[in-house]
Amino acid sequence: MTTETEIQPRSWYKRNEIAVTPWLFLAPAILFFLVYVIFPIFQSIGISFYDWDGLGEARWVGLDNYVELADDSAFEVSLWNNLKWLVFYLLAIPAGLFIALFLNQTVTGIRIYKSLFFFPFVLSQVVVGLVFSWFYLPNEGLLSNMLSYIGLGPLNVLGDPTWATYGIIAAGLWPQTAYCMILYLTGLNAVDPEQVEAARLDGAKGWKMLWYVIIPQLKPATFIAFVVTIIGALRSFDLISIMTNGGPFGQTRVLSFYMFEKALSEYGFRMGYGAAIAVVLFLIMLVFIAYFLWSMWSEERGR
Amino acid sequence: MRSIFKASVTALATAAVLAGGSMAFGQSLTGDLKIFLDTSNPAPRATMEQMIARFQAEHPDLNIETTVIDREAYKTQIRNFLTADAPDVATWYAANRMRPYVEAGLFEDVSDLWEDADIKNNLASTKGAMTIDGKQWGVPYTYYQWGIYYRKDIFDELGLSEPTTWEEEKSNCAAIVASGRACYTIGSKFLWTAGGWFDYLNLRTNGFDFHMDMAAGNVAWTDDRVKQTFANWRELIDMGAFVANHQNYSWQEALPFMINGEAASYLMGNFAVAPLREGGLTDDQLDFYQFPAITDGVAMAEDAPTDTFHIPANASNKDAARAFLKFVVSANEQTEINNGKNLGQLPVNASSSIDDDKFLNEGFAMLSSNSPGGVAQFFDRDFPAEMAAEAMQGFQEFMVFPDNLDDILARLEKVRERVYK
Repeated sequence: MTTETEIQPRSWYKRNEIAVTPWLFLAPAILFFLVYVIFPIFQSIGISFYDWDGLGEARWVGLDNYVELADDSAFEVSLWNNLKWLVFYLLAIPAGLFIALFLNQTVTGIRIYKSLFFFPFVLSQVVVGLVFSWFYLPNEGLLSNMLSYIGLGPLNVLGDPTWATYGIIAAGLWPQTAYCMILYLTGLNAVDPEQVEAARLDGAKGWKMLWYVIIPQLKPATFIAFVVTIIGALRSFDLISIMTNGGPFGQTRVLSFYMFEKALSEYGFRMGYGAAIAVVLFLIMLVFIAYFLWSMWSEERGR
Repeated sequence: MRSIFKASVTALATAAVLAGGSMAFGQSLTGDLKIFLDTSNPAPRATMEQMIARFQAEHPDLNIETTVIDREAYKTQIRNFLTADAPDVATWYAANRMRPYVEAGLFEDVSDLWEDADIKNNLASTKGAMTIDGKQWGVPYTYYQWGIYYRKDIFDELGLSEPTTWEEEKSNCAAIVASGRACYTIGSKFLWTAGGWFDYLNLRTNGFDFHMDMAAGNVAWTDDRVKQTFANWRELIDMGAFVANHQNYSWQEALPFMINGEAASYLMGNFAVAPLREGGLTDDQLDFYQFPAITDGVAMAEDAPTDTFHIPANASNKDAARAFLKFVVSANEQTEINNGKNLGQLPVNASSSIDDDKFLNEGFAMLSSNSPGGVAQFFDRDFPAEMAAEAMQGFQEFMVFPDNLDDILARLEKVRERVYK
């Protein structure tokens, strides 16, 4: 009798504790991820097949929104601008690397210099945007004044459709470079001094040392810098909103901004069209996300 | 004993409430009244708060809760709060700007208020702007004229007088440009300022009825008459009439050009007067004239945007809300809130008196006797939102690159075909 009670099977939870506990810990995150990320993705895709003003009845239009996108010059401009952002924003990585190499030395007060270089990353994007739009002002701005010293005419960076996007990207590079720099500074701390020593004995120096010895060891830092920069480029919204509001005549819009304008801004009443733009942006991001996941996965397997 | 006492108190209170209800309107108002305002600038905000305090004094039992939302943010938030958590009263704009909410059934039909003799007789001039499908959807609380505000001292210096014809306007402008200034300041970063220019040029070139026909989607953007409007506009652009780099500035950032004398005039609403005065211009330096005639025989018509109060369909205390709307448009309140110390605009009630201000007097005279063609709201309130957004962007592009006109008009025509289908 008594023995029977003693070997009574343990509770279900006790038996499966090791398998279940991780899921319990993951549950809140999974729940919120499903509700706030996965579900809205499918909802957006669903809305993109409707003509809906966000208030009244939604009307099924099939692929009409996408057909219209294909023929929409403003969409085309936004897409090209996204591409410009992707390409030029990546300049933050080499720039950050070189500043990091420059600052990676032991001089009195180096911490102060490092903090100063890191400073722009601490600023809000809104402040960065404002400062740069003053810097670019056509008459009073610092840039125009500097150009006039070397005899170049006044340049209205943000008012000129060909230059405005580059002007905003330059503003974005300022904090992004600081971010990449800090990533590389931590990476440089982990560079193996023995390998550097060995390379030096073999006669490597300068560029060769950098390219064959230092940079390969910075690979993890480069990967993270690449990820945050790509995501930063695709998320560019606040700077555009502050500096040009998408103008002049819509030439600095990117997909995220165009989506906001079409769906949610003062005159935007086209939820379906906005959702279609969001889906295109999502597909572009998916390419990068898939690549990131794949490279992380193969890295882990390689170990 | 106690219960008897309680019962009799309740009975008395009910009687009082019933009596109050039949005596004068609003005596019996109780419960909560939630008011959402977009009047976030300091002066209008204070005006509104004082007005609500006076309403509160008349209805001490009413628990009024006022929320002031930033004017720009309000424009996007209104969609959420009308559907989700509706207040009892909300500010908004007249004409097409309220159409999406009317069509979605989010604004209460207040035609009954407009049956009221007081409102019917005194608010007739703005009734059209509040009407959609033969019903009224709110009440106006203020409106203001548009026109050309100019530096009188610069005009005097150059020996110019207020123009009344297009030829005079252009010859004035030529003289101003020759003196090294721009004729007009404008900041088109947020696009709508260019909409004002289009309104006036189109109203003067083709007339009010044509303009409204266009707003209703019945005229192609590639129509020759529309092209004529742009041809007139282009004459000014080619003269160098507008300040350079206007695409970088907001309307406020364009004010210093006028204050510093780098530009001689500004096509704007009357709300520009306050910051111009604060910027140091005296009433001797600053003056106003009506946008001159362009095509002979086209009746003068004006823009006079109207700001409004509405009752959301989902409001919970509609009786109190109706009483508040009535209170707002009453002659006394209209006189008070629109005077120079408060909004500094025109009262909507014909029995109100207009504050003795040079610009308000001129504006009122212009709108009541010199605008026979009609009174429009404003480009982005008369045209549907989508059309307005695309068109104003096109106007800005045209002002910077006038050569792109054909391309712009073709694009706008495509939008028109989609928007009005």
